[in-house]
Amino acid sequence: MGDKPVFDEMTGAGDEVRGPYQAFNNWFEGEDPKDLRAKQREAEELFRLTGITFNVYGRAEAEERLIPFDIIPRIISGHEWQRLSKGIEQRVRALNAFLHDIYHGQEIVKAGRIPESMISRNEAFEPQMIGVTPPGKVYTHIVGIDLVRTGPDQFYVLEDNGRTPSGVSYMLENRETMLQMFPELFAHNRVQPVQTYPMDLLQSLSECAPASAGEKPTVAVMTPGIFNSAFFEHAFLADQMSVELVEGNDLRVVDGRLAMRTTRGYKPIDVVYRRIDDAFLDPLNFNPESALGVPGIMDVYRSGKLTIANAPGTGICDDKAIYSYMPEIVEFYTGEKALLENVPTWRCADPDSLAYVLDNLKDLVVKEVHGSGGYGMLIGPTATKKDLAEFRRKLQAKPANYIAQPTLSLSTVPIFTRAGLAPRHVDLRPFVLVSPKGIKITPGGLTRVALKKGSLVVNSSQGGGTKDTWVLQD
Amino acid sequence: MLGKTANGLFWMYRSLERAENIGRLIETGQRIALTRLGSTEEEWKSVLQTSGSFELFMQSHDEVTKEATIDWLLRSKDNPSSVMSSIASARQNARMVRTALTTEVWEATNAAYMAAKEGLARRVNERDLPAVLRLIRQRTSMVRGATHGTMLRNDIYDFSRLGTFIERADNTARIVDVKYYVLLPAVVSVGSSMDNVQWEILLRSVSARGGFRMAYGASRDSRDIAQFLILDRRMPRSLAFCISTMRSNMEFLTSEYGQVTTSCDMLRSMEEKYLRLDIDAVFEFGLHEYLQEIQSVIARVGRQIEIDYRFYE
Repeated sequence: MGDKPVFDEMTGAGDEVRGPYQAFNNWFEGEDPKDLRAKQREAEELFRLTGITFNVYGRAEAEERLIPFDIIPRIISGHEWQRLSKGIEQRVRALNAFLHDIYHGQEIVKAGRIPESMISRNEAFEPQMIGVTPPGKVYTHIVGIDLVRTGPDQFYVLEDNGRTPSGVSYMLENRETMLQMFPELFAHNRVQPVQTYPMDLLQSLSECAPASAGEKPTVAVMTPGIFNSAFFEHAFLADQMSVELVEGNDLRVVDGRLAMRTTRGYKPIDVVYRRIDDAFLDPLNFNPESALGVPGIMDVYRSGKLTIANAPGTGICDDKAIYSYMPEIVEFYTGEKALLENVPTWRCADPDSLAYVLDNLKDLVVKEVHGSGGYGMLIGPTATKKDLAEFRRKLQAKPANYIAQPTLSLSTVPIFTRAGLAPRHVDLRPFVLVSPKGIKITPGGLTRVALKKGSLVVNSSQGGGTKDTWVLQD
Repeated sequence: MLGKTANGLFWMYRSLERAENIGRLIETGQRIALTRLGSTEEEWKSVLQTSGSFELFMQSHDEVTKEATIDWLLRSKDNPSSVMSSIASARQNARMVRTALTTEVWEATNAAYMAAKEGLARRVNERDLPAVLRLIRQRTSMVRGATHGTMLRNDIYDFSRLGTFIERADNTARIVDVKYYVLLPAVVSVGSSMDNVQWEILLRSVSARGGFRMAYGASRDSRDIAQFLILDRRMPRSLAFCISTMRSNMEFLTSEYGQVTTSCDMLRSMEEKYLRLDIDAVFEFGLHEYLQEIQSVIARVGRQIEIDYRFYE
């Protein structure tokens, strides 16, 4: 796959500017690079002032960091977006059906489409959820599907992120920054707005409220606290939705309902958008050591008087071994072929696959089944001999812990450098909201960009940056 | 509002007020040092006492020097009340209660923190000190300005004000108490004049030199100064002013919540009992005893507010 030329989203494979970038390019060519450089610095100042930072674990000093922001937008045509949306919607529908099924009849296992052990032996499978149906039958309320592109019409899903997708605050703040710095750009391009996301989120969560909730359900965002790496996002979302941002120690179970401690006493909550992991949710039902959660919250949940978004046990759809079954999962629940492709994946648990992976290690990307954030992975083509040997040992010791994929030739998008535009690899995380009334996909998303030339790693924890993502109105 | 949020607001504004007060105190100390010949160790010791961190300071220092004192008050991480520690703590609380703040207030607080961090990155030499202190004062004033200009007059505002004024009341009580021996002659001979420098330090540390002159002319009478700092309601840092402001914000809270709390009762009776007196009655009671009582009531009110509004579990 490495032989094909890399597809650039602005210039295709050659020098011609593609359709969605034409208006932008006309503008760009009339701009003085010196002014743009000043704008780039101004953007950083803005981010720092508004406090849009993320925390880096294990660093006492520079504990808060900015994610680098690049001023060149990533532009997607309305037509491209429509195709993508259809595929995303189909996939999210299938994910929710799959989650309901594995905690109820397990029809997919009975039909022989997924081995039983994939479910029951999965760390993210939550026995507490067996037989539990969440209000509105929604399991994954907020989804962030990671996509990569390899050609004009080729998108691959990299990960489904059905548990706690983060980054939506960057999508919103990136747009806000661009609007403040380059208002004239938006006059020449019909960019679909993303700013309605917080209100859409509130509405979508409210639609998932349990029957016991009144006309206006009380929604809260739950954070592990100020030292969490995504605290900024938690506070941002609570603020934008005008709901309370709560921690475990603000909460307790009162009269069979989840309630928050306010200056006027305890007030019941109907829907909690939690940004803490299953294991920390309830010391009575999960990890007894955890002080982050609320004792008894699971009992309230099981009694149907609370919506937890996303539902406990949703993490199984982020499992990379389960991912490899997504084409089957989509087909099984929707009766259609998956519109979005999976990256071909070798499950190392399977001896034949393991043998293949070991033989071809230097051409593959190897990932931990439960890993996230770009940690614990091997990128064969750029790995040192030492890394390769180390992964060989790891694979042989615990093969079921790993999957392997070919290295795709990810598309590039230009970033603004001292020397002008330069192509860098990108991915895309669109954000999806699910309620019983429907699925809503915000036209845009988070584009993450590798800042180092040739690098395929776009994660912020690994030094990646972000860009504003435009979906045009055709 | 969450109890945690009320707590965060209360402490955010307390810390900001503290940063500002400590800044003023350093300024006073430096001013005294510049106008006085010879050793100023006693004055810096008194500055440390006023800041309430003399004992802590002595745990890590052998002697009181100007340089060490300034650095301790300005930027020491070991001093939880240093300007830098206070601003960092204000910002940490602001981050926690960000959903309750307006964008302007948050950004002003964040900017104050960034400016302090930059200005206090290294030991500040004497020549740069005035500029650094001015910066701190301006930045905290901007937070105050944004607060007045953009925040709703609701319970969020009330908790913020309670934090500000309890800190300020405590600060004024402490300053006067540390210097109470200066005012003592009033007991023996009414109308006695004070030492110039002492007079300066007292008024300067609450930024009230100009205000005092406006209200009392050229008087250097210790009775007038005590009256001004403790009981004069025109003076925004006097005890009477601070306590009555707290009481009135507490009344707003009480009527908004439809419930009279213990802390509200405490403030009402505190005002009745201690702040409607004549200054002669205060001297008669014993100035030091009076200030000690006030400080302990202030501390109790602070704890009671935490209970009444469920700051913690």
